Amino acid sequence: MNTCCTEHARASAGLPAIEPGMPEPAGTGLSRRNFLLRSAGLGLAVYGAGKLAKLPAFETGVAHAQGAPQGTVLLNVFLDGGVDSLSVLAPVEDATYRRLRPRLALNDGRPFAEDPRLRWHPSVNALADLHAEGKVSVLPAVGYTGADQSHFTSRHFWEVGALDANLRTGWLGRVLDGVGAPDNPLQGVSLDGHLAPALATARNPVAAIAKPEEFGFWAPGAWGPADELAVPAFTQIGRSLQGSGDPAIAQAARAAAFAGTVRDALAPLGADGKPLYAPAAAYPQTADNFPKRLAGFAAMLAAGLPIRAASVRAPGTWDTHANQQETMPKNLQLTFDSLLAFQRDLEARGLADRVLTLVWSEFGRRAAENGSGTDHGAAGVGFLIGTRAAGRMIGEFPGVDKLDAGGNLRATSDFRGLYGALCGDWFGVDPAAVLPDARGLGKPVILK
Amino acid sequence: MHYVVAVPAYKGSFGEEQATRLLWRAGFGPKPGQAAELAKLGLRGAIRSLTRPESRRLVGPNPAVDGAPLAPRDAWGHDHLWWLDRMVRTEAPLVERMTLVWHDWFATSKDGVPQKLMLRQNALLRRHALGNFERLAVDITKDPAMLLWLNGTANNVWNPNENYARELQELFCLGAGNGYSEGDVRQLARALTGFANDWTDSGPTRFRYERKLHDDRAKRIYGKKGKFTWQEGVRLVTRHRRHPDFFVTKLWGYFIPTKPSPATRKQLAKLYLKSGREVRPVLEAILAHPDLYDAGKRMVKPPVVQCAGMLRAVGRGIDTPAWSWICDAAGQYLFLPPNVSGWDDTRWLDTATFRARWLMAQHICEPARLNPDTQTAPADPAQLVDQAAAFLGSPKLSGPVRAGLERYAADTLATADKDWKQKTYPVLALNALRMLVATSPDYLTA
Repeated sequence: MNTCCTEHARASAGLPAIEPGMPEPAGTGLSRRNFLLRSAGLGLAVYGAGKLAKLPAFETGVAHAQGAPQGTVLLNVFLDGGVDSLSVLAPVEDATYRRLRPRLALNDGRPFAEDPRLRWHPSVNALADLHAEGKVSVLPAVGYTGADQSHFTSRHFWEVGALDANLRTGWLGRVLDGVGAPDNPLQGVSLDGHLAPALATARNPVAAIAKPEEFGFWAPGAWGPADELAVPAFTQIGRSLQGSGDPAIAQAARAAAFAGTVRDALAPLGADGKPLYAPAAAYPQTADNFPKRLAGFAAMLAAGLPIRAASVRAPGTWDTHANQQETMPKNLQLTFDSLLAFQRDLEARGLADRVLTLVWSEFGRRAAENGSGTDHGAAGVGFLIGTRAAGRMIGEFPGVDKLDAGGNLRATSDFRGLYGALCGDWFGVDPAAVLPDARGLGKPVILK
Repeated sequence: MHYVVAVPAYKGSFGEEQATRLLWRAGFGPKPGQAAELAKLGLRGAIRSLTRPESRRLVGPNPAVDGAPLAPRDAWGHDHLWWLDRMVRTEAPLVERMTLVWHDWFATSKDGVPQKLMLRQNALLRRHALGNFERLAVDITKDPAMLLWLNGTANNVWNPNENYARELQELFCLGAGNGYSEGDVRQLARALTGFANDWTDSGPTRFRYERKLHDDRAKRIYGKKGKFTWQEGVRLVTRHRRHPDFFVTKLWGYFIPTKPSPATRKQLAKLYLKSGREVRPVLEAILAHPDLYDAGKRMVKPPVVQCAGMLRAVGRGIDTPAWSWICDAAGQYLFLPPNVSGWDDTRWLDTATFRARWLMAQHICEPARLNPDTQTAPADPAQLVDQAAAFLGSPKLSGPVRAGLERYAADTLATADKDWKQKTYPVLALNALRMLVATSPDYLTA
């Protein structure tokens, strides 16, 4: 590969340039120079500059991206299963609603300032707080015309950003193909240990991480050069095969080619499962990994890692066909308490203006309950959270009096319009280059 | 029985390489010497030995964790170990592999179902492993784990619950939107009403069918009108004209990464119908198909398949609980699929799951690591690579992988600037090379 050779030359010439005047990477306890030295130079220092030509310089892409001005970031939070929007923001006094939901209707809750008919579920007070601060844009009935009631089809549409069952790249993946770099896997990060389909790219690499403080590669019975050269070896093998015509080989090769880069970039955040970072806000204490993943992500941003998009699944399942009242409140509570902590963490670290959080689900649920739960519906609820978010409703609440033929809520905003606004106004890419249906869909105002 | 339907069959030579691939695709990889043995049987004989196994015994050391037997019904993670052990020790690998296929196909999760009911379902899936799909579909409909998982016992005449009716069509038998409407989902849900269970402090019990909970009024499904029972409801789906095509295409996808040609699909569907919806003849035709032996069409090994395969290769049984969390990190914790559509076989490997495969290899290599104080290795890159590969049964290595491994060995040996290093480093390099073989694109795929 051509880039290999120029990278070798750069690496042997010395360490990556440090831009003067850049702030200290917050939360790492390291100066920027130290940080770059540690992340870019790990493994290289062992042998000194003389041997560098033999190592693939797999760190330079990340190091260079770290030196560049920091871009905006989108965190993509998926409520898997179809959250019941009529329980998150409920028209509590509506007679039709009460008739459709004899068991599940909400009785009370804090008022929603933008629509006097609606009240917040008592378990999402964290979100109500952020909304009161002007940091939440609510999409009370988001979806698309002709909603598909399959989890997997509808979720796929949202992930690929089009009503196209055969599209294989995610909408954020295509954003990253546009704004990203061919040697920076950290530009798109799945935080729950396996690749999120929305981040699937066609060209540029992305990464999946389970725990940022635990990403080592130890080879039993090898130490010294035998150990240190092992990661460069699988990196190089990966690079030599990542263009393979066999998709299985190419997938394995890409994973190998970038795992070492991720290891080096994460090294300052911890080792062997022990974090070297501390959150700047109080996250919920729970066995669930969701708040830990958000805290780790805030620390990764604070460390200056060149991230543009990240994805994570919210805790629990939202597919409440039965026993909705037993599972939904606690999942709502944990999800939005954690997101509030994350927002506070970003604010405390001075990162809040760079980050937007998108919360979405593949559909809403049927207006009429089915006993103790609700079946699949059409339009659902979405949120855009952040200090830069406009804080104004996108689309209105359509009411439960004019449901569609299937008894489901009608959409008053289209997720592809929202994506288009994020492409153009947040990432600075042409929506038409990312979204096949960009033309003809209204573009909501998403930023202040 | 013999069915005369002309599905194309592989005509090339059937040697160790082809036998190895067959064992990875239709089982859990070869034990030492097994690929050579299988190759001697020829293609047809090899396939028959898998689809009509003479023995279903488990051979090898019994599983034990910290010196104690497994408690698969109770201890968290032991269910995973219990099944993994069967994959490692079975003499009927295709039966276990098909049980895994059905687990993925009718993906039920212990996230909401007690472990002991998951094991009961597992026995059902194994019983039907190479049997009749329609009988499997009927039996899984009344299986307690499935009744809980997709709310079959919350579906009654007063409050129809669509969950199972939807997935029976969308995921299990027809495909999304393939020949049914939202109306059919709602009507089929009514036909499937009538199941119930009780709840006690120790969980769900007394799964049963109660006539009074069943909606016995007329329903209209696929344009047919009738007072359909739950069995009739299931059979309307398995006898839907779109079902055979869906069935053979989905089954094919577990064994071959590219789609079948339209002609092959048609022939397989014909075979399926002629046999009365039997799995075995379709499977035998797929396993004999030329596409399975195409060198350029590899598949990423599912995590548990690779895990069981490595244990088979090194002749080890289940002796550590680590395989539960390692397979979980690699993306495949048995009895806990991500959702009702099962695992996504197209996306096993990314930076995180690659690292999990590294951990898997660590736990295979660690107990067998060579000690440089007492053992020696040749100071020759090519020989070191051969020896490292031999540890895992000498998988075939492609040119770029072999070149990368030899370069690694040469670079490591080149740093041995003292006498003691010249003796020690080949051993250390050999230890690391075993890891590098195990995590190479060649070994992660088959």
